[in-house]
Amino acid sequence: MDPENTDLIQGTLDMLLLKTLSLEPMHGFGIARRVEQVSRGVFKVNPGSLLTALTRLERAGWLDSEWRDTANSRRAKYYTLTRSGRRQLEAETADWSRRAAAVARILKAEA
Amino acid sequence: MALWRQAVRGLRALLNRSSADRDIGDEVEHYFDEAAAALERTGLSPDEARRAARLELGNVTAVREQVRAYGWENAVETTTADLRHGLRQLVRRPAFTIIAVLTLGLGIGASTTIFSVVNPILFEALPYPDPRRLMMIWDGQNGGRSDITFGTYREVVTRTRTFQSLAVVGPFQPTLTDAAQPERLDGQRVSADYFRVLGVTPALGRDFQAADDQRGAPAIAVISDSVWRRRFGADRSIVGRQVQFEGGLAVTVIGVMPPTFENVLSPSAEIWWPLQYDVTLPTNGREWGHHLHMIGRLREGVREEQAREELQAIARTRASEFSRPSYAALPDGFVTTRLQQDLARTVRPALLAILGAVALLLTIACVNVTNLVLARGFERRTELIVRAALGASRLRLMRQLTAETVLLAIVGGFVGIALAAFAVDVVVALSPHELPRAAAIRVDGRVLIFATVLTTVVGLAVGVVPALYGSRADLRVDGRSATDSHGREAGRRTLVVVQLAFALVLLTGAGLLLRSLQHLLAMPAGFNPTNVLTLQVQTVGRRFLAPDATHQFFAAALEAVRHVPGVSAAGFTSQLPLSGDQDVWGVQVESAPPSAINAARDAYRYAVAPGYFEAMGIPLRRGRLLNAQDDANAPRVVVISESVAQRRLPGVDAIGKRLRIGASPGWFTVVGIVGDVRQASLAIDPLDAMYVTNEQWTQFPDRARWLVVRGLADPGAMTPAIRAAIESVDKGQLMLRVATMDERVSASAAARRFALVLFQAFGVVALALASIGTYSLLSGSVTRRLREIAVRAVLGADRRSLLELVLREGMSLTIVGTLIGLGLAMLASRFLETMLFGVSRLDAVTYISVVALLALTSAIACWMPAWRASRLDPNVILRAD
Repeated sequence: MDPENTDLIQGTLDMLLLKTLSLEPMHGFGIARRVEQVSRGVFKVNPGSLLTALTRLERAGWLDSEWRDTANSRRAKYYTLTRSGRRQLEAETADWSRRAAAVARILKAEA
Repeated sequence: MALWRQAVRGLRALLNRSSADRDIGDEVEHYFDEAAAALERTGLSPDEARRAARLELGNVTAVREQVRAYGWENAVETTTADLRHGLRQLVRRPAFTIIAVLTLGLGIGASTTIFSVVNPILFEALPYPDPRRLMMIWDGQNGGRSDITFGTYREVVTRTRTFQSLAVVGPFQPTLTDAAQPERLDGQRVSADYFRVLGVTPALGRDFQAADDQRGAPAIAVISDSVWRRRFGADRSIVGRQVQFEGGLAVTVIGVMPPTFENVLSPSAEIWWPLQYDVTLPTNGREWGHHLHMIGRLREGVREEQAREELQAIARTRASEFSRPSYAALPDGFVTTRLQQDLARTVRPALLAILGAVALLLTIACVNVTNLVLARGFERRTELIVRAALGASRLRLMRQLTAETVLLAIVGGFVGIALAAFAVDVVVALSPHELPRAAAIRVDGRVLIFATVLTTVVGLAVGVVPALYGSRADLRVDGRSATDSHGREAGRRTLVVVQLAFALVLLTGAGLLLRSLQHLLAMPAGFNPTNVLTLQVQTVGRRFLAPDATHQFFAAALEAVRHVPGVSAAGFTSQLPLSGDQDVWGVQVESAPPSAINAARDAYRYAVAPGYFEAMGIPLRRGRLLNAQDDANAPRVVVISESVAQRRLPGVDAIGKRLRIGASPGWFTVVGIVGDVRQASLAIDPLDAMYVTNEQWTQFPDRARWLVVRGLADPGAMTPAIRAAIESVDKGQLMLRVATMDERVSASAAARRFALVLFQAFGVVALALASIGTYSLLSGSVTRRLREIAVRAVLGADRRSLLELVLREGMSLTIVGTLIGLGLAMLASRFLETMLFGVSRLDAVTYISVVALLALTSAIACWMPAWRASRLDPNVILRAD
């Protein structure tokens, strides 16, 4: 019984997080669930990597964060995409499309 | 911008760790809550949902730690925590800490001291622009390095294409007489390009120009910043002013050198005059004397080798426009070396050997501390095992253990720098006078950087072995596990062997140097130095321009000195053995036998007053000595050394033969033969020597003469009386360079003594450290084997066999260390070879004594733990368990 690989493609985590947050501000678990749902379970993000990555993106200035109180009197940290984060997302998306297309061409080419 | 945010956020997290921690905790908590809530919505009970979330996401604490580990501030925090923990550990064990800090401080201090001495001499660039282009050029006659004649300089400076500029310099000591108190200055007479060769310019006024350096040109001088401040109150109007010098000479000051100017060719020089030699090169003038140093600056892009080849070609091929007298014919070409190497030439072997020695000492110190740290490792096993069990990674444990040794090294580094600041002065005071750039030796920024780097390296080096052992702590391997402690024990044994071997190398070096010095000082100098006082008398005043006045003054002074109570003999000489004087002249023997050596070979010229031989204790071999009747009106006579008779007049009776000294106007008849005297150094075989009376040396009167006084007892006490006697003849004359002949003999061995003192000091410390290492290893081993020893004792082992048990362990280490050390010492002795004198580098006596010394010390270090083992009461030990 070989479980399907749910690891992220290396180097794509940042882009996926930025993309997810481009729709609306979200907290950590929300982001993880969105990535899982949209990818239809192909990708799963573990909380340690996710929260570390969010801290890193925040330090880079691509994300902002704010604390909001939750219903059960807990605090939740919500992340928002900043303007420079949006630019970064565009750059990474363009780069990714270019590479993905190139990979697809190579795989389609007759050996 | 991002970098800025990194710094600010990191700093904020660092300064307010608890709030940062709470944020992370809350965020992770919330994540898990949300995950559980999502699972609950699929129909699980709250408890089940919680368990499922944890199963899927992992341990809350682990996630929190993972997030917490992000950021540079985290590394800072771990490091400070390590250091704080290390500090606590060190404070808890003051004895260990003090010993380790002192050992490292000694090692770092010694290394830093030696580095600060060696750096300006061997490594640091000389304080001139592009100093690698500066070359010293010597006349290579007889395979040595002789000074250059002005005639040779004229030829080379015209013919060379590889040198941008060349200059010649000679020493002189003018006396400043413009104030009530005359002052003799050290100076140099230089050709016009001297400062341009070095690449320096005066801070005030102008440099010498070609027109200044011509015979008959006005008397001018450039002065140093020090003399400008001392004598002229830093008055800027000094430039262009006339200053009075001895003999009524008025000299115009044209420039003042900057305070930063370091004159490496003659550090004490404070004044420079142009040479103003006669460019027509008359053969009877000083123009053909071997008394100038030549320095040149290579053209840009010219390699040393090209310059050397060009100079050899110039020496080989004569140009018709340049005549060469036989004594400056350059048959052996030139010796050309880079200025920096040339300056360090005589001290370089000693400095390199000392550098090697201090590296060994530092290694021994590090090994010693490593050993101590390892020994402590046994005591700390439990702590480390617990940490490992709690999840500390191996790297984390290694970092923590290394932090401790780095801390030790840092404190040791401070001790070391303090030690160096003090020791540098001591070492400079001990150093031989030929040590160049002594003024540049100090603990400066470069030295501090060196010490800091060294401290870091030492801290890591000392820490790495214990960290490797310590971090192996593992619950699965029980603390009392045999294999691990055996491995560690073997490591410690190896370290003790290394210490013993290196100590042996240092001791062997010290032993070889000691034996060399003994041999050197036992060399027959050719005179009897006991109870002999020497000082140089220099005449000051215009009236001494007349030769007769000079002779009369010295004759009267000698007469006065002879009447001082306690004086048994006294005489004057133009140059004194072992004083650094090098007055060398060509000799021509009339009708020399065909088997005689090259007639142009040089010999020392001594113009002496009768009584010199008796005062110095130079033995007469044949014929007669010079006496008062050999005056200006008598036939010219000469006394020669035995080597002159053997080499220039082999197989014939030298007495009655005639010879010419330099371009002397007439022949001197040999009337006596005296013993050979070592003029330059005790280590250099005597050169030929010729003695004539002052009155018969008519080419010029020597205006500075050495007074040699033999006393009935210690001559030092007679110095004031002798001074007074000379002053009674004429008050204004200078008396300088006072020293007993014994002091000169001892100074002549200074470079070797310098190396010896340091080797001895390092050797003793190394021996002590190695013994401490052996002792602590054995006593640790006895402590660990108490039970075994007690059981043996109960089973009937007697004291002797217990003693043997421990002694055998220690002595086997000593034997291995000695054997390895002997091999290393034999290899290392090659670096000492140039400094050895009269002993082979494999001198058996030295090696046997050093091994005996090491064995004896080691035996003492082994005996103490062994004795303790044999005195143990087995009942007490076994009951304690």
